[in-house]
Amino acid sequence: MTMAPTESAQGAKDIAIADMPARRSPALQLLSILLKSPVGVAGSLIVSAVVLLAFIGPLISPHDPLNRNIRSRFKPPGFVDQNGNVYSLGNDQLGRDIFSRIIAGSRVSVLVGVVSVLISGTIGVIYGLISGFVGGIIDSILMRIVDGLLSIPFIILVIAISGVVGAGLSTLILILGFTGWITYARVIRGEVLKVREMEYVIAAYALGQSRLKVMFLHILPNVVASAIVLAAVQVGVTILAESSLSFLGLGVKPPTVTWGLMLSDGRQYINSAWWMTLYPGIAITITVLGVVFLGDWLRDFLDPNVRGRA
Amino acid sequence: MRGFFISRMAQLVVTMFIVSVVVFFILRLSGDPILVVAPDFFSEEQIEQMRKFWGFDRPIGEQYLNFVTKAITGNFGKSYLAKRPAMELVFERLGYSWILAAAAAAIGLTIAVPLGILSALKRNSFIDLVITSMSSLGTAMPSFWLGLMLIIVFSVHLGLLPVFGALEAKSIILPAATLGVGMAARLSRMTRSAMLEVLNQDYVRTARSKGLMHKTVILRHALRNALIPIVTVFGLQLGWLLGGSVVVESVFSWPGLGRLMIDSISVRDNTVVQAGLLFFALSFILINYAIDVIYIILDPRIKFQ
Repeated sequence: MTMAPTESAQGAKDIAIADMPARRSPALQLLSILLKSPVGVAGSLIVSAVVLLAFIGPLISPHDPLNRNIRSRFKPPGFVDQNGNVYSLGNDQLGRDIFSRIIAGSRVSVLVGVVSVLISGTIGVIYGLISGFVGGIIDSILMRIVDGLLSIPFIILVIAISGVVGAGLSTLILILGFTGWITYARVIRGEVLKVREMEYVIAAYALGQSRLKVMFLHILPNVVASAIVLAAVQVGVTILAESSLSFLGLGVKPPTVTWGLMLSDGRQYINSAWWMTLYPGIAITITVLGVVFLGDWLRDFLDPNVRGRA
Repeated sequence: MRGFFISRMAQLVVTMFIVSVVVFFILRLSGDPILVVAPDFFSEEQIEQMRKFWGFDRPIGEQYLNFVTKAITGNFGKSYLAKRPAMELVFERLGYSWILAAAAAAIGLTIAVPLGILSALKRNSFIDLVITSMSSLGTAMPSFWLGLMLIIVFSVHLGLLPVFGALEAKSIILPAATLGVGMAARLSRMTRSAMLEVLNQDYVRTARSKGLMHKTVILRHALRNALIPIVTVFGLQLGWLLGGSVVVESVFSWPGLGRLMIDSISVRDNTVVQAGLLFFALSFILINYAIDVIYIILDPRIKFQ
């Protein structure tokens, strides 16, 4: 990791065999492994495209996603108005451009996916770490709490809480963040139990390191890989949950543009304007598919057992 | 064997206790529960009266104890809105939810198990690629969107199936198919990997080298052992199925427990929400309990542990 880039490039040239990654820079190493996997390439391309869209959306959006135009309501895909403006994916019930709204909706999906997973991941990893490391009665209590929470299906729990607390983008992010940790807790605890018995942990104790130091310096880094894989899965789950909640009217409220809200509009005019339902759903599916692919690849990459075989 | 049942029962009680605490406090997250349901024109006095009537003036611990002791006997209090016992409302809907979940699970298994096996047997072939791609696609798709698309195709354009409600027998087809496809996508992936694992085992190789027919090896030796992880995953996916059913029931106006929950949440009919949440948790826990029992039947080794 401390190797200078020039030196590592030289190193890469010197070694003819591609499978000697130890002397390349980690970024280059990661890239070369990534390029070998079609799933990994597809996943990272989709995810970077959606993230990019979320950032530069307003710059490339063909129309204003909030601009209403009564005269072009419910126009089908490919509609061209008298000024020659093209509405490639059609218009909704207020004459707003669906393509521009899909671009604008990417922002909420990325925001919700990233921020709530950061919150839930942090809580879940710390919870699992404490549970597995401390053990004993505390571990039993903490795990029974997780069992209880897990027996209420995630989306139902989230629906109930957001029904009580109220809707809105930031509230929703917090709710998803403060409920999503449950998934991590059990897995991380299991990993901690495994790592806890490793020789290097025992060695760290023998060298006189404090329990806190062992927990954060020796155990935590070794369970991070599992947490990252889980986080990738959770981003997909969270994006789907946000769209479900917004669709049900319990999530983000208009005028914020989200794919779930667009589907809720589409449902009302399902008899006449199929394009209002089709395209936002495709946007969600592709985004989640990208995240799932990336997660699959990360799992294979970070799991040394699978990695050797690939 | 008996020890197993007893320890699992004890675990179930503890889990339900935690669920009850969670359910009780979720509905107090909003602060004063009475202000949420009291009409705007009520005076301080009237609100105070209402608070007394519903028992919200007692200390929180007492309120919880009260809630739990009543809930154990199936008494969740009356619905604020329907003025009928919440349990009654839940029971009316429970049947619909169970039928829908059973139909969806049946569709899911019928699609997923054969495709998962085929995918594993033809590993890395074109068929495998198609099946695994479909499975990823099905996992990534929001179930309610699939439901909406099915409505557009089968109800709006072809006019074959009813869109809303549960008035005729064929009303169940679309919601069950929606959930079943989502379930199949998740299950076929797991069936494939479970089957792949088993196919590499020594006993499968032995069965082959004994000269047994391909079909016998797959069905009697491989599938039987692969069933154990498949059953586990099926149990885990039931959580997804129950959750998904809440949203899908709303899409199709299916009169199940999920729709009752959504309707009650939007009008803040808290007693019904509590009863519904506890029932969801209870069904989930009981199904997983049943799965543990199936486990023992499938894998005789577990008995001796």
